[in-house]
Amino acid sequence: MKIAVCIKRVPDSETRVKIAADGKSLDEAGVKFILNPYDEFAVEEALQRKEQAGSGEVVVIALGPAAAQETIRTALAMGADRGTLLQADRIPADGLAAATALAAELKGGGYDLILFGKMAIDDYNHQVGPMVAELLDLPCVTTVAHLEIEGGKGVAEREIEGGLEVVEFPLPAVLTTDKGLNEPRYPALKGIMAAKKKPLDVKPAALGAGRMEVVAMTPPPDRKEGKIVGEGGAAVAELVRLLREEAKVL
Amino acid sequence: MLAVLEQRDGALRKVSHEVVTGARRLADALGGSVDALLLAAGGVKGADQLGRFGADKVITLTNAAFGMYAPEGYARVIAERAATGGYRAVVFAASATGKDLAPRVAARLGCALAQDVTDVGVEAGAVVVTRPVYAGKALLTLKLAGTPALVSLRPNVFTPVERPRAGVVESAAVDGSAGRVVVQRIRAADAGALDVAEAPIVVSGGRGLKEPANFKVLEELAAAFAGRAAVGASRAVVDAGWRPHADQVGQTGKTVSPTLYVAVGISGAIQHLAGMRTSKVIVAINKDKDAPIFKVADYGIVGDLFEVVPKLTEEIKKLHG
Ligand SMILES: Cc1cc2nc3c(=O)[nH]c(=O)nc-3n(C[C@H](O)[C@H](O)[C@H](O)COP(=O)(O)OP(=O)(O)OC[C@H]3O[C@@H](n4cnc5c(N)ncnc54)[C@H](O)[C@@H]3O)c2cc1C
Ligand SMILES: Nc1ncnc2c1ncn2[C@@H]1O[C@H](COP(=O)(O)O)[C@@H](O)[C@H]1O
Repeated sequence: MKIAVCIKRVPDSETRVKIAADGKSLDEAGVKFILNPYDEFAVEEALQRKEQAGSGEVVVIALGPAAAQETIRTALAMGADRGTLLQADRIPADGLAAATALAAELKGGGYDLILFGKMAIDDYNHQVGPMVAELLDLPCVTTVAHLEIEGGKGVAEREIEGGLEVVEFPLPAVLTTDKGLNEPRYPALKGIMAAKKKPLDVKPAALGAGRMEVVAMTPPPDRKEGKIVGEGGAAVAELVRLLREEAKVL
Repeated sequence: MLAVLEQRDGALRKVSHEVVTGARRLADALGGSVDALLLAAGGVKGADQLGRFGADKVITLTNAAFGMYAPEGYARVIAERAATGGYRAVVFAASATGKDLAPRVAARLGCALAQDVTDVGVEAGAVVVTRPVYAGKALLTLKLAGTPALVSLRPNVFTPVERPRAGVVESAAVDGSAGRVVVQRIRAADAGALDVAEAPIVVSGGRGLKEPANFKVLEELAAAFAGRAAVGASRAVVDAGWRPHADQVGQTGKTVSPTLYVAVGISGAIQHLAGMRTSKVIVAINKDKDAPIFKVADYGIVGDLFEVVPKLTEEIKKLHG
């Protein structure tokens, strides 16, 4: 099994978001960066598939600034074999631009599986995986929460509104991973030491033309000052009145 | 505009009205018409009603393999339509299907896609969208260059409005294979249960419920809303195995935007807020007056949920009785 996993460096979900002076981006001062949590599921799945097959290679690829080498090292510490950084000063807002660069790197790599997270928790773009699949003309299943692979075929389950979709696909394929697929491992000390010696290539990212311009980044509108209606069961009647007469939602 | 609608089992899905509404809004701003597009195995119930919400034309493309979602077949047919139809924008729902389909179409067309948008508009002839990023801690305003611009709309945000148009119904068969990726079947959740991502009212419970059996209190409250409410959950109770992951609201669960969100025994951690802060009205019931959930709630009751919720259920029943 030769498997590629695309991983993204993102701000920790606990980050207090401060908007930079340009009014269009995150002020990164003091921000802690992590491996995108959904990509952890993808790395874990790749490692388990390789372990089950008894042989193979897990390659991780990140597009981002030089600091994304740390993100790659995290995946290497989990057990991936080697990494590639497609270096770019900024990760484009346009998911198709990122997908184009990743697809160029993946093309001709001879992978049985190419894995992505279902989305990055910073931009919430929710698109790079299936775009890469289209660019490489590979079958693709997104938001996979359960997966079985046998021979050259796979069956995946994905959550949809009101149920689960059971999807069949041939390999090689692109999959994007959702929570529930597995429990990502923590890198052990031994893994962290080993990761330092694993190969990590750095090359410039061949970004496609961006078709998206960030006009502004703004704080979410403050919700109107709420009110405590009261305490305990005695407040229920007043709550219902307000929901009917003021909020008009009942 | 091309509005890409959804059906299941030959019936229109509710998000479809929202997609037509969003597309209509763009059409009015840009000066143009709305073609609503359905892919199905045969006729779709409700298609003839879409003129009410602003569809000029409703086109159903049928293929024996299009009864269920067929990712590659759908993407091919929609991309072909979009490329030849001279559309300025293609509008999807940010549903499980729409979020899977839209990027495929975007890659085929070489066009920009903004997923899960909460607002669409036009500035100087370009489509401009707003979408939450960083778990809802910021909003991004984006201008999409090139045509068509692709957007998917967050469910429940684009309230359908009546904007009567002709809604001429057309239908044609399309050939071609459904593709390599095949949806075999759908394992349905409880029959008739609303999905939290789509319900107009969501009643969510957290660790304050104490044990899984106590969710009965919330199920009764949801039932009092007479089929309009779904029960959601915080991650704490999903991780504990009390509720299925499908019900989880938040950053690693679903994003919901109902008319009314009732948070019961939920503290209001930032990752939970990420999934529900665009709800129209938020009610919090929590015994801790300092719980962060009260900061985003429009209305709060400080108290023991086991006392408050059954009373609320009674009051709601009275309204519907
Ligand atoms: C990467 C990451 C992703 C995450 N994703 C999500 C996500 O998608 N969704 C999510 O919800 N969380 C998510 N979390 C977890 C989140 O940080 C919180 O831990 C979680 O939301 C807490 O759940 P809770 O509010 O049910 O529990 P608690 O924080 O324990 O709150 C329980 C509340 O119940 C109240 N209470 C107790 N008894 C009663 C009573 N009798 N009557 C009334 N009130 C009572 C308490 O005052 C308290 O406020 C994520 C965390 C991380 C790190
Ligand atoms: N800059 C990037 N470098 C590597 N992988 C990425 C990058 N951006 C997105 N991805 C992958 O695509 C998935 C979906 O991201 P997105 O479409 O941005 O929400 C992520 O979970 C990653 O697997």
